[in-house]
Amino acid sequence: MKQFFSFVTKEFLHIWRDKRTMFILLGMPVFQIIIFGFALTNEVKNSKIAVLDQSKDAASVSLIQELDASRYFDVQQNLTSYKEIETAFRKGKIKLAVVLPNQFDEDLQHINKASVQLIADASDPNVASTLTNYATAVIMDFQNRITSNKKLPYSINVETRMLYNPQLKGAYNFVPGVMAMVLLLVCTMMTAITIVREKEMGTMEVMLVSPMKPQMVVFSKAVPYLMLSAVNIASILLLSVFVLEVPINGSLTLLVAESLLFTLVALSLGLLISTITDSQQAAMFIALVGMFLPTVMLSGFMFPIENMPLPLRTFSNIVPAKWYYIIVRSVMIKGLGIMGVWKETLVLVGMLLFFLTVAVKRFKIRLQ
Amino acid sequence: MMQSISVQHIVKTYSEKKQTIKALNDISFEVSKGELFGIIGPDGAGKTSLFRILTTLLLADSGTATVEGLDVVKDLKAIRKISGYMPGRFSLYQDLSVIENLNFFATIFNTTVDENYDLIKDIYSQIEPFKHRRAGKLSGGMKQKLALSCALIHRPTVLFLDEPTTGVDAVSRKEFWEMLRRLKEQGITILVSTPYMDEASMCDRVALMQSGSIMTINTPQGIVQSFKNAIFGVRAKNMLHLLNDLKSNEMVSQAYPSGIYHHVIMKNGESKEELSAYLQTKNHQQLEIIDSTPTIEDCFMNLMQENNE
Repeated sequence: MKQFFSFVTKEFLHIWRDKRTMFILLGMPVFQIIIFGFALTNEVKNSKIAVLDQSKDAASVSLIQELDASRYFDVQQNLTSYKEIETAFRKGKIKLAVVLPNQFDEDLQHINKASVQLIADASDPNVASTLTNYATAVIMDFQNRITSNKKLPYSINVETRMLYNPQLKGAYNFVPGVMAMVLLLVCTMMTAITIVREKEMGTMEVMLVSPMKPQMVVFSKAVPYLMLSAVNIASILLLSVFVLEVPINGSLTLLVAESLLFTLVALSLGLLISTITDSQQAAMFIALVGMFLPTVMLSGFMFPIENMPLPLRTFSNIVPAKWYYIIVRSVMIKGLGIMGVWKETLVLVGMLLFFLTVAVKRFKIRLQ
Repeated sequence: MMQSISVQHIVKTYSEKKQTIKALNDISFEVSKGELFGIIGPDGAGKTSLFRILTTLLLADSGTATVEGLDVVKDLKAIRKISGYMPGRFSLYQDLSVIENLNFFATIFNTTVDENYDLIKDIYSQIEPFKHRRAGKLSGGMKQKLALSCALIHRPTVLFLDEPTTGVDAVSRKEFWEMLRRLKEQGITILVSTPYMDEASMCDRVALMQSGSIMTINTPQGIVQSFKNAIFGVRAKNMLHLLNDLKSNEMVSQAYPSGIYHHVIMKNGESKEELSAYLQTKNHQQLEIIDSTPTIEDCFMNLMQENNE
């Protein structure tokens, strides 16, 4: 046991002395969460719009106020003529223009029909359609409020509810993804690299000649990275709850337990990689190409797996991150308990046992 | 006399790209308890493979070997407890300090620095002033001392040192060998390999190794005494010409530069005068021929020549 502690302490010293790597390991999740949360987002927030209000009556003013009040839009300019719309778009300041015709209120009251024109900058088609959808939704809201106390014949009211993520926040999607990515990177790549580094440096040779059990060497290498990962899990969860306002709907204990399980899977993968390669570069390459890319591409975090061709869908089943991603989404966002994720958990446990057995079997007590 | 290390008919081959390389070709030797035994040979002679087989890190293709009566294949764990091993490359943790390295190795060998301090005191006291310095920042000589301290920390009965003096300056090398002599007095069996022929004289017995085979095993004096051919040191104004002329002469078995002289090994007992007469005909200026006592290197070159023929 004393040997084990001494080894773990040594491993911590390695990490601590290599400040740059430590900073990357602990800083990476923070940066990723912040970058994904605030920069790389396809949500539309506070888009600048221009308004051409030709009637300036009670109804038009309140509609404009409603648009301005929503968190999607920010009324930047009040235009006075059609010609100005083109100029405003050309300046590139606005993404959408709303045109309200003459006698908006009067038309609404007397002929029960008024029109609103939405002009969008479609140089980015996704943003344009999202913006017009949002604007339509706000206008429909406005209309419903007027008509709510009048009986209209034949009307279908569509009521949409976005379950689990009513505000359609992107963060709900990428927080689980970033967790999977960071844990995999820290555990798999770093364990593989440190073990292979000992081989490269020749210290493994001395380690093998020592009375210390080879398995012990490997396990004591995994402990510091398990702890680092725990810190990373904590920092990701804290950031997502307090900065990105993603709630943890399910049990925190379950979420942490599942995360630790996934960490163990990643660690055992790292051990496995270290047994099949002898150079740090190769280890890094295998970890990056063999682990990181499938995690990003095939876990469902960036691209929905349902839309992929069958071979890729089948292949995605052996990517551990896919299962972890499902678990985190279910527990964190949907608030499911263990009964909702037991299948995925079993898959991860199976993978863990498989990787660990192969890694231990392959670990050589001699050189070569 | 008790044998500490016994090697019997060890063969080790590596196959690389359809090519098999014989690293060790039927090696046999024995080392007595408390002996300082040197394996002398150039790079690629198979020294490291031999050390790795004896330290249980490699499996031989055939043959047997025992360390303190323990089989290197079956009694792997027992051997790992009693042997100290210092690999050829500097293999300590560069980012840990001197004292951290020492403590770490002491712990994984189930001991403490204090417990065996008397054994390493001699060596360690020289690097103690730098004990908080990172191992990677030490000079070559200090690194070797630290590595030796780490290999000794668990009081091994057998010490395997694979090229401990390679890349170390002349002064440190000398010091290092003196340390080994003192360790030998403590009764530790030491097997050491080196590519430097001049270090052979520091060993009790040496084995001269070349391309996977042992050419001879003897005491350093014995090796020199068994050298029967005449050997001269020759110098002249144009050393390059001289070497070519010497090599083309039929009386000469071998000629190679050694210090300010060319060493010339004659085929038989030819005299200095005969050689001088020949060189006169080649018009060498400032010619000087001296009698030379054979060194281990001369013996090595001669044995190599004989083996090749």
